Amino acid sequence: MGFGPYLLLATLEGLVTAAVLSLMALGLSLVFGVMRVVNVAHGEFFMLGAVLAWYFSSLVAGDPALGFLLALALSPLVVALIAWVSDRLVLSRLKYEPEATIVATIGLLYIIQQLALTYYGADSRPVEAPFTWRIQLPWFGYSGYKLAVIGASILLVALTALLMMRSRIGLIMRATQYDSETAQAFGIPVRRVYSAVFALGAALAAIAAVLVVPIRQAHYLMGQEPLLLSFIVVIIGGLGSLRGTVVAAVLIGLSDGIISMFFSPTLAKMLATLLVALVLVFRPQGLFGTAAR
Amino acid sequence: MKVRLLPSPQSLLLHLAVIAALLAANWLLPEYHRGVVSRVLVLAVFAMGYNLTFGYGGLLSLGHAMFFAAGLYGAGLTIYHLDWSVWPAFGAGIGAGLLLGLVVGALALRTSGVAFMIVTLMFSQVFYLTTLYFTTYTRGEEGLILQQEVRSLELAGATFDLSDPSTRYLAALALFALVLLFTLFVIRSGYGRALIAIRENDERMRMLGFNVFANRLVALTLSGMICAAAGAAYAVLFGYVGSTLASTQYSILPLLWVLLGGAATTLGPLLGTLVMFYVIDIASSHTTAHLLVVGLVLIFLVLFFRRGILGTIRARWLPWLP
Repeated sequence: MGFGPYLLLATLEGLVTAAVLSLMALGLSLVFGVMRVVNVAHGEFFMLGAVLAWYFSSLVAGDPALGFLLALALSPLVVALIAWVSDRLVLSRLKYEPEATIVATIGLLYIIQQLALTYYGADSRPVEAPFTWRIQLPWFGYSGYKLAVIGASILLVALTALLMMRSRIGLIMRATQYDSETAQAFGIPVRRVYSAVFALGAALAAIAAVLVVPIRQAHYLMGQEPLLLSFIVVIIGGLGSLRGTVVAAVLIGLSDGIISMFFSPTLAKMLATLLVALVLVFRPQGLFGTAAR
Repeated sequence: MKVRLLPSPQSLLLHLAVIAALLAANWLLPEYHRGVVSRVLVLAVFAMGYNLTFGYGGLLSLGHAMFFAAGLYGAGLTIYHLDWSVWPAFGAGIGAGLLLGLVVGALALRTSGVAFMIVTLMFSQVFYLTTLYFTTYTRGEEGLILQQEVRSLELAGATFDLSDPSTRYLAALALFALVLLFTLFVIRSGYGRALIAIRENDERMRMLGFNVFANRLVALTLSGMICAAAGAAYAVLFGYVGSTLASTQYSILPLLWVLLGGAATTLGPLLGTLVMFYVIDIASSHTTAHLLVVGLVLIFLVLFFRRGILGTIRARWLPWLP
């Protein structure tokens, strides 16, 4: 196999990473944009999504597609519910003060991680993909499921964008994001919007996790790395900018796929993290964002 | 109102009494608890360094593990690979903290608020990944073990074995006492007052002609040096140097200790570290889920107990507490 096919394979793998990352980062960006909350527990919502996907799919015997569909339907729902409850119990009582919510979500991270370790265990467990077609390319066969993940992610990102830009719910969310006090004065139930946005953000992470479990297994520490990557994506894309987030996810996913294939993954991660920190230092609004208000 | 810049006699007495009590504890405590408290003393120095930026400076950093680790590796690597003795190695550790504090501070202080937290977190992550990348020298997570013979301290013509429990305790206490008194004097000085005023209202201080950036940079650099001193002490006293001590968790722990003891109190870091150590110690004998305890304590603290133990005592009963 020559250089070209390798590059194609790395690109495809990078696109799968980008697909999952954009869903997860979209959730993080939504929560930050609307609520101004940096959710450090976002990676744990992702992990919970994967662990629950394993649990739900193990309930159904027979065709793996049935178990997968059950997981896809229920896992984000349960995670959204957990997020909604934690918003009500903790974040709303802190009045969404940035520093306090960071400390609180760090606490949430530890609690979720420990509960997962205690009740799920330290093993990696797989979920069977709903189908196992292979697409035959001229040089190698490629998993049809991975291509479906890319497709599903594009669809979901488009749906979220439509929801934000075209629907009444989106209008309410944007109004809250722009000026929560005025929105409150116009009768928008800001606290309920916040809870809903936090739940929606967590659900997006959980969907990303369900999609990824057939490719990479479920493990109780799996939330940490994608959390850092989504932070990077959200920052590069500009805090709170949806379009920037997607562009940055594709950029990071592709470069991660290609660099990790040809260089040391640790070095790649080191340089990427340093680069992003410097972007934030010299251009705090991100590459695509507008200046913070 | 007269501005008093030196510590008041009663607060100075209180601090000396705490140090004296800890000194007496060396002979009173049973072996196991003396070991625990020596570790707590070293980590309390780390927490005091953190308190300088977070408590007094009002800058929430999520990257202080890199300063601790800078001291740890600064001392550990020079001893392990270059056969340096304890004193110069300790100096190398503090020097590494000073340098890192200056560079990271100059960069990170261009941002503020949430961006500052994320930038410090990322720099710290880069440091952690660096310790993993150079596994040939650092041995990564597994770490380096410093043998007993390289951990001997020469002072006034005598040689002390730092792996001896009693010597180790006294050395940790000496460092702790030094940093505690240093902190007390710094926050009572004109500089300390300016730093606290900047925390309360940086716009006003800027208008009054204070250089906010420079004051914060000094705070972060001092904090980096103190944390590095704790790291260097950890390396020579406990003989272990590994990248786990550079991970994000070690940036979050000092935050937890300071919040628990009381941010912006001089003795809060010690109290918070001590209480948290024993909470986890007691919890571990009942359950293995000590992370759950840490998480619950964090949430409980920010929800109901924002001032911490000493902060609450100061607000209710003892307003003179520094």
